[in-house]
Amino acid sequence: MRRSIIAIIAVLALVPLLNLLPAGHPLHASDFVVSIVGKWICYAILALALDLAWGYAGILSLGHGAFFALGGYAIGMHLMRLIGPRGVYGHPVLPDFMVFLGYQELPWFWWGFSSFPFALAMALLVPALLAFVVGWLAFRSRITGVYLSIITQAMTYALMLAFFRNDMGFGGNNGFTDFKELLGMPLNQGSTRALLYVAALAVLTGAFWMSAAMTRTKFGRVLTAIRDGESRVRFLGYDTLRHKLFVFVLSAMMAGLAGALYVPIVGIINPGEFSPANSIEAVVWVAFGGRGTLVGAVLGAFSVNALKTWLTSVAPDLWLIALGLLFIAVPLLLPRGLVGLMRR
Amino acid sequence: MSEVPDRGAERGVNRPPGDSGLYLDGVTVRFDGFRALNALSLLVEPGELRAVIGPNGAGKTTMMDVITGKTRPAEGVVRFAGRDLTRMDESAIANLGIGRKFQKPTVFDALSVFENLELALKAPRGPIACLRWVLAGAARDAILATAQRIGLEARVHDKAGLLSHGQRQWLEIGMLLMQDPQLLLVDEPVAGMTDHETAQTAELLAGIAGGARSVVVVEHDLDFVRALGCRVTVLHEGTMLSEGSIDHVQADPRVVDVYLGR
Repeated sequence: MRRSIIAIIAVLALVPLLNLLPAGHPLHASDFVVSIVGKWICYAILALALDLAWGYAGILSLGHGAFFALGGYAIGMHLMRLIGPRGVYGHPVLPDFMVFLGYQELPWFWWGFSSFPFALAMALLVPALLAFVVGWLAFRSRITGVYLSIITQAMTYALMLAFFRNDMGFGGNNGFTDFKELLGMPLNQGSTRALLYVAALAVLTGAFWMSAAMTRTKFGRVLTAIRDGESRVRFLGYDTLRHKLFVFVLSAMMAGLAGALYVPIVGIINPGEFSPANSIEAVVWVAFGGRGTLVGAVLGAFSVNALKTWLTSVAPDLWLIALGLLFIAVPLLLPRGLVGLMRR
Repeated sequence: MSEVPDRGAERGVNRPPGDSGLYLDGVTVRFDGFRALNALSLLVEPGELRAVIGPNGAGKTTMMDVITGKTRPAEGVVRFAGRDLTRMDESAIANLGIGRKFQKPTVFDALSVFENLELALKAPRGPIACLRWVLAGAARDAILATAQRIGLEARVHDKAGLLSHGQRQWLEIGMLLMQDPQLLLVDEPVAGMTDHETAQTAELLAGIAGGARSVVVVEHDLDFVRALGCRVTVLHEGTMLSEGSIDHVQADPRVVDVYLGR
């Protein structure tokens, strides 16, 4: 397991180096490849987060895309503030969509987002708070299994509808785009893109290391025990609410961080990121790779997204059918995912 | 193997509460007018091993439910170590030192024998405490000692999912032992076990009782109860029908009538 993740990270680390080769070179990785693999790295972090909650603690969240999107929106708000007077309307403070909608001043919930550390903190804290409230209410009432999945699905759907509204103050349908720079570096420059890629890879490595360390502790074993027999764990004297809440909040923060890395790489965030289908796709990555194994989550995110990228370019109509087939075929044919196949 | 206690005759169940041990007096539980327990009285001394037998519906499981706080009696006294159990909830009763082994073994298949025992070991239970948990030498020794006691010392690093049915039952008993209970309630421990495993389980349970720790075993299998070599309480229709050694109750005409004779 350790060797496979080191191999994956090493291959990923090569991509920005291959980008430096001259364009005609057979091993040259284009800017497109760098940005798309960078996107997959963010998805892999989301998959790790979901695997901690689902694969280890048995909390099948069908709303992890919401935490990802909230983290993305937090950084998106920072990027919008950095545009400053360079917007189409040239307003010194207000982003274009606010000028267009007739805002006179910045809404209070936009305060502070001109600061990068503040925006980054919000990318972690807002998902954490949402996970805490939803998790506390659900776990306290001992809602598990499919009912919990439905609640998390409803959560992301409700947020999608809310963010689609123009008067929410988050750019409505269009979301945020046309970003100019981050931390003083222009986003359209190759070096900035390479740095964003490296940052995402560093976070993936760190998140993997942290998750691996955590699952090896007694806390990790308590999570596994909760997944396999929660009432028995309670009978052993564990307050399972606290353990589940802890891992759910941590997982939401990891998802938020993934979203925060994703938005500068892809250059856009809109309410579509809250779409329930996104959360379900993330579940498919983890299931395909092998839930309950961290390497499986990462492998699943890369392989399913590689398939998606390839299929949507050669036969765009087939992707949703392929996704549905994966959703059905994986539990039937590959209950332990790719990792189970490799171990066999 | 412990001897058959012979003090039962002069020891009535009407001794006043407040003492150590388990004390039930006049306990009645009604379900929609049906009396699952009917003025049941029972006294288990500290360190005693006791078998409870009776036909289906005699109230054995209801009795365990009352002791562990799952069911509240309509009438009667339920005391343990001087505490009124009818006023405590399930987790408080568990923390008082009453452990219960359910009929169906529920061990964690994905974890090893060692890890199962480690989870049950008395230690802080919060998420942060579990994250910071470091296995100290004393805890390791306690876990290995328990593994040896339940006869699984050679399999401590095997996943619990690989154990036989009988071994899973033992692991479950071992997990209860790790919680260091003062009273162990064991519901049909030998259901589905081979004869050899049954004999080993009898030995295990007899060895666990003693000192301050009492064990109450609910069982159908009379050979097993005989192998326990302890005092036997026969329940029938929610009340105590007979009590004494296995030979005594098997010779009791009322017991023969309602249970053994059928």
